[in-house]
Amino acid sequence: MSSAPANRDGTDLRARAIGQSTVRAEARRFVTGAGAYVDDLPAHRLLHAAFLRSPVAHGTIVKLDLAPALRMEGVVAAYDGEALAPHCQPVRGLLAHLADMQAALQWPLARDRVRWVGEPVALVIAESRALAEDAAQAIAFEWAELPPLVDPRLALEPDAPRLHAELDSNLMFAATVATANVEQAFAQAGTVVELAMRTERVTAMALEPRGLLAQWDAAQHRLTVHMGTQVPWMMQAVFAGVLGIGCDQVRVVAADTGGSFGSKIHCYGDESAVAVAAKRLGRPVRYVADRLEAFVSDVHARGHEAVVRAAVDADGRLTAFEVDDLCGAGPFSIYPRGSVNESRHVLGLTGACYRATEYRARIRVAMQTMAIYGQYRGVGHPLACLFTEAAVDAAARQLGIDPLAFRRRNLVPDDAYPHRAPSGARFERLSLCACLDELARLMGYDRLRADQRERAADHERGAHQGVYRGIGLAVFVENSNHSSANYGRGGAPIASRDGAMVRLTQGGGIQCAVGLTDSGQGVTTAMAQIAADAVGASIVDIRVFMGDTEHTPVSGGNWGSRGTGISGEALWQAGIALRAQLVAAAAALHACSPDALELVDGTFLRRDDRACVCTLQALADAIYFRPERFPRGFQPEPAAQRHYAQTEYDGIYTNGASASWVEVDTRTGFIKVLGHWIVDDCGTVINPLLLDEQLRGAAVQGIGQALFEGCLYGNQGELRNATLADYLVPMAAEMPDIHVGHVTTPTATSALGAKGGAEAGITGALASVVNAINDALAPLGAQVLELPVTPERVLRAIGAIHDPAP
Amino acid sequence: MKPAPFVYVRAASVEHALEVLAEHGDDALVLAGGQSLVPMLNLRLVQPAVVLDINALHGLATIESHTAGGLRLGALVRHREIAVDPLVAACAPLLRAAAPWIAHPAVRHRGTLGGSLALGDPAAEWPACAVALDATIRLASRTGGERCVAAESFFHGLYRSDRRGDELLVGCDLAQASHDSVFSFRELARRHGDYAAVGLAVSACGRPGAWRTLRLVFFGIGDTPIRATACGEALAAGAGLAEARAQLEAELEPRADLWFSAQAKRHLAVHLLREAWRDLGHPDTGE
Repeated sequence: MSSAPANRDGTDLRARAIGQSTVRAEARRFVTGAGAYVDDLPAHRLLHAAFLRSPVAHGTIVKLDLAPALRMEGVVAAYDGEALAPHCQPVRGLLAHLADMQAALQWPLARDRVRWVGEPVALVIAESRALAEDAAQAIAFEWAELPPLVDPRLALEPDAPRLHAELDSNLMFAATVATANVEQAFAQAGTVVELAMRTERVTAMALEPRGLLAQWDAAQHRLTVHMGTQVPWMMQAVFAGVLGIGCDQVRVVAADTGGSFGSKIHCYGDESAVAVAAKRLGRPVRYVADRLEAFVSDVHARGHEAVVRAAVDADGRLTAFEVDDLCGAGPFSIYPRGSVNESRHVLGLTGACYRATEYRARIRVAMQTMAIYGQYRGVGHPLACLFTEAAVDAAARQLGIDPLAFRRRNLVPDDAYPHRAPSGARFERLSLCACLDELARLMGYDRLRADQRERAADHERGAHQGVYRGIGLAVFVENSNHSSANYGRGGAPIASRDGAMVRLTQGGGIQCAVGLTDSGQGVTTAMAQIAADAVGASIVDIRVFMGDTEHTPVSGGNWGSRGTGISGEALWQAGIALRAQLVAAAAALHACSPDALELVDGTFLRRDDRACVCTLQALADAIYFRPERFPRGFQPEPAAQRHYAQTEYDGIYTNGASASWVEVDTRTGFIKVLGHWIVDDCGTVINPLLLDEQLRGAAVQGIGQALFEGCLYGNQGELRNATLADYLVPMAAEMPDIHVGHVTTPTATSALGAKGGAEAGITGALASVVNAINDALAPLGAQVLELPVTPERVLRAIGAIHDPAP
Repeated sequence: MKPAPFVYVRAASVEHALEVLAEHGDDALVLAGGQSLVPMLNLRLVQPAVVLDINALHGLATIESHTAGGLRLGALVRHREIAVDPLVAACAPLLRAAAPWIAHPAVRHRGTLGGSLALGDPAAEWPACAVALDATIRLASRTGGERCVAAESFFHGLYRSDRRGDELLVGCDLAQASHDSVFSFRELARRHGDYAAVGLAVSACGRPGAWRTLRLVFFGIGDTPIRATACGEALAAGAGLAEARAQLEAELEPRADLWFSAQAKRHLAVHLLREAWRDLGHPDTGE
């Protein structure tokens, strides 16, 4: 259901490449094993890094003797925090515009104290990774244990031990918002529901762990870093800051990157330490985290406790929402984005899809001795959606209203935009009702309800004993195309203006350079489609080059569903400009008016008789090799560059709806997802195939968090399941068919009209799965409000087992 | 995630392997399929002086009829071969039923029967099946020749068995299933291919209400495969499901894991007993 972009400047935009399900040309490299990830990159005189990491959650460093490691075979150097400190700068993950935020200085390696299991304590550089690991194991490390701070509630107690001497409490951030009449709304409500919800921490678990190859060129006084990253430009500024050198003395190149999901947009101490070591040693150093390190050192996310309330009046209309959210975010705020954005999404977006005008929210983010906290696909949007939609379903159930009808009655109508939510969040243009209607049609809502009723009748007759089916709905918003409102204003070196360069090659092809990266989602192909239509070239003649600070324009990078919407728009504008320049050049070459020519599929046609005047190849030949063929004084311009930033809203919200159809076996507590549906509105669809697969992949991650995933910490702050045998990522065999539909509402803030689609699939999935489970359990009067919804939790909810959990 | 340094020895013959084990004992670890050992090496959970690779010992990779009419399985038989071998299907259908529950196809093509028995993971399928089938585990050493141990006495504790450091587990013998043998294999795992949250392997001879033998073996609930003796005896004596369940609840002391409490494991074990009851041909009591 995608449509051609509505264009403001009147160019003929009958889309040829945009909107096609073009397969990824770059996929051939990956499936044939020809990809070049960080671990594949060759380097002369390469050294390898391994880290000694803290085995305790909280302790004072008593002894740290590197000598035994330095004596070992193949070891070139070893550093602890003190050895590294004179050669680097610490970071502090504060966003300057958040007045009530505090965060401690963080050095690449721990100094004096360790504050989470997995914190890098020492770095060993050796001739091979195996030798480096052997040596790291030989380091003499002794510590005096300090009390671990695991429960964020206890960490905020006034007498809790302070995690950082420089801060006066363990509170990283707190914020509130309240409308004038919220108290009254709850007091006057006919129905108030209140749910206490809890979500386990999860982590992104990209197929390829984090890694970098850092090289220092002493002659040029320059650092070059190849890394798996979503943000080469941000990392340029980060490394420059850590090393205390100029931004332009750092080159960051995004290598092929095997998944990212928000885990590769941060300043990690281990990566900084490797860059410092490479500079000190003058030899290239590679570090690739292994899976165990990924578990304890990648950012974690989504561990919250929240009490959510909703008020409904006598007419079944939602009048107010309230949420009180607490999150434990680890000992440091991750630089440069900070560890509080998830909670801020909860504050800004709980209840925001609904007409309720009254709202109160409080968020608190505590520092504690667990892994550092950061962004994971969807950040706080899935939580805001979960809290809201669970409350909406609970209200509908209490009122005896069908949850689909209840939502239709209460959603912000599609003609009410621009709309400002009670929290202050501003929405350009949403299609919540249209998406919900399309979802109901796509999933066959009435048919599934009939199936559910038949099952209930079967139970009466004695069949299907103990097996219950349920339907769960979720409506969501998801921010994309961000302005500078958060990071730019907060002082984080993350661009919100992206550039794109497009040029005609000497071979007649079109070469594009954008500062984005591709983590495997296929944005390279989407960019090629945009360039093909903008320029008027065939997609096979487009080459897209990305993610190198030396050779591409600046970009904020690939996160927050911004790549296609922001970089794509810059590329569109650059392509339109180049097209005009090339038409002018062809017209000059053939002595006609530019108005008489158009460029279609790489061929210049006369508008009147559609006759071919020349091809891009012929024009390139003339431009580069036969300049004398142009009129005297005419200099053709075969390259164009444009930049774009979205400045009208804090972000352009996308929206959608999702549904899950589950079966709960109450004899075992096991849950089977029978079907999952998503309808998404991300504006102009560039590539339906890639978009649908992104939605599906994200939905799988959402189902994973709802049912399987969780970082299980013991009460000493130890991560108990840091392997892929014990941390249950969702696997194909457990996944249902995922059906995708679209509603298309292009943003008016760009010519392309594209919003983001990378995170929508995960945003609704948590809520729709949990709602479906609780719909299934409703006949038993039971509900589960803790994620993941494990068999254990189901069995306890229905009273099948009673004894206290261990 | 690289293993600590070790000496790699590829055994050229069983005698050679036994020489190495005689010399190094517990300082040597045997590499068969490597599906558990290699991750353990890489995580440095084990740091042996010697890794003894027995993959060249093709004589240990066979499935053959035993002289006494039973089945003789070599230690190097891969899980996948057990799943598809016609002799196994005829003589020990429980093994065939259990094989697809072991991990994923890639693991099943590499992992071996002997490796699984020697490691003795309490949540793994083969140790439980071996106990349920009253299998005999064959061990060889340079000094002691070959000795046989009943599977039920082989598993001593968490990753501890009757195998001495100088011994190589060379195979496992099974008796021929009788004409009235029946079995049940049930497993609950969060995801396809995961180790069992709770599993149950049952082997019986006779008919409902009149079992000559009945062996119920749970896995994933303790330090070893757990034989539910009282419950099995009750069933053999003609007890109904309710009584068998009461016996089971009294004798099981499940150990919690990361995702399941002891209470949940006991609840699930009872559920599997109910399923196995039906599998064995008992009437559906509707309980």
